[in-house]
Amino acid sequence: MLTVFGFSVVVLVGWMMIQLLVTAMPAIQRFGPAFLWTSRWDPVHNVFGALTFAYGTVASSLLALVLAVPVSLGVAIFLAEIAPVGVSTVLSFVIELLASIPSVILGLWGIFVMAPFLRKVVEPALQGVLGWLPLFSGPMYGIGLLAGGMILAIMLLPIVSSVSREVLKAVPLSQREAAYALGATRWEVIRTAVLPYARTGIIGAVILGLGRALGETLAVTMVIGNRPQIATSVFQPAYTIAAALANEFSEATTGIYISALIELAAVLFVISLIVNAIARWLVWRVGATPTAMSGA
Amino acid sequence: MIAAPAVGGTRRVTDRVMTWLTASAVLIAMAPLASVLIYVTLQGASALNWDFFTQLPKPVGELGGGMANAISGSLTLILLASCLGLPVGILGGLYLAELGNGSLGWWIRFTADVLNGVPSIVVGVFVYTLVVVPMKRFSAIAGGVALGIMMAPLVMRTTEELVRLVPNSLREASLALGIPWWITTLKVVLRTAAVGIVTGVVLAVARIGGETAPLLFTAFNNQYWQTRLDQPIASLTVQLYNYAIAPYDDWHRQAWAAALVLMSITLLLNIAARLVSRPRLMARRPR
Repeated sequence: MLTVFGFSVVVLVGWMMIQLLVTAMPAIQRFGPAFLWTSRWDPVHNVFGALTFAYGTVASSLLALVLAVPVSLGVAIFLAEIAPVGVSTVLSFVIELLASIPSVILGLWGIFVMAPFLRKVVEPALQGVLGWLPLFSGPMYGIGLLAGGMILAIMLLPIVSSVSREVLKAVPLSQREAAYALGATRWEVIRTAVLPYARTGIIGAVILGLGRALGETLAVTMVIGNRPQIATSVFQPAYTIAAALANEFSEATTGIYISALIELAAVLFVISLIVNAIARWLVWRVGATPTAMSGA
Repeated sequence: MIAAPAVGGTRRVTDRVMTWLTASAVLIAMAPLASVLIYVTLQGASALNWDFFTQLPKPVGELGGGMANAISGSLTLILLASCLGLPVGILGGLYLAELGNGSLGWWIRFTADVLNGVPSIVVGVFVYTLVVVPMKRFSAIAGGVALGIMMAPLVMRTTEELVRLVPNSLREASLALGIPWWITTLKVVLRTAAVGIVTGVVLAVARIGGETAPLLFTAFNNQYWQTRLDQPIASLTVQLYNYAIAPYDDWHRQAWAAALVLMSITLLLNIAARLVSRPRLMARRPR
């Protein structure tokens, strides 16, 4: 009897997959695999291609990882290896609170606090120093790919750092003792004995964060600018798959339009399944137990 | 902690520099949190008033009004989600902890974690095709189903974690008295783990209470009091989202007020739940 309830999640995931694919079928049949690499998204003429959305999703997620991973790792190392236990407990608790702030509130803060800050301070500074790169050229709006990446980075930080911290804690003490016995400094112990041992799990934590970033919807929708384009500059607006779903779904009128949106959702679903499965597998292999409380 | 050995030169400098770099990472990580807390509190406090809790939203152009319907709507949605998510989550978690040591348990645990990571907007699309399309309208039921699906794997994994903490001697004592396995599980094991399970449920409620994406095209929104579950229903998060992206200053003020209410509830639930559960969870962890 209990088995039925446990098994229901497996049924649910299978059902989601089938349901999404079946309802996306009209679009899948009409556009074929080219749906993934054509960029024209034109509801008026019923022509749909996902490339600009896929680009925005991937670009904002990668940007978020670039920004969040070094900081998260620093946090994880500090909390697991350096800070005294009491301080570490309190600080990890505070940082995990960041994960509990609803996405829509971060988005509100993003629109009214972060975006103006980016426009007035960060983006002019970046352009001043690195303006010769196409990446940091053009007009500065505040909202855009950079803002999307920043807000995602903020959302990833608590997840990546708490899972990495758990992984670091699972490294056996003997590893550290051996390195100390050879006369290593604390940083050398971390670099040569702890991090290599925990590498698989840390990669898992990062991929877990990536999975979160790919599907994150509202905060990104509110600050990324929502223009389907592939621009060279991170100051320019972009659009993600999740944002397209949030904005267009309730407005979609024709059957093929809805079907194309559902195909987008199916793409996102498959990617998130793959990414999450890899991440879980890597984190589990290290032996840390990711729980619903600390991990996801 | 083990004292660092006395070494000189660049090695010691590197050690110091890296220590400070990791410490500054913690500061960088706290900066956005502090900024969000401060802004939401300041902006929200100046916008929050009694009307917010008692009035319906006013049409565009009229000042004032509140989000009373959205508050009751959010509560309704959480209640509906709980009806679906709690039984599946708690009983599924009980299965994982008591019986799920084989390969089926592994797969269920794995799927639950993967389902936990599925983007909430995809859950929304799924429920749209499942409930909204056949019913031909957005509804509170659809919103509740979407949130319930998100709740189940969360509750399942926390329940498992906490049921595993129940000492075996309790089960053995009950079984030794000739009490059947299923009564032992429900009355002894579940009751012993109850406080912890409630904690997990509180965390799950805090999480789904802050969800917006899956509600956009399931529960949709509603400017009035809702009386029926097969009609669109307002929620605090969707209302907050709509007000935040609208071009009116008065709506922005209300959005900040909504953010303050939502954030206070979420943070309080999280802090309370974690304070209660932490020692229990720590007990089982190695080191």
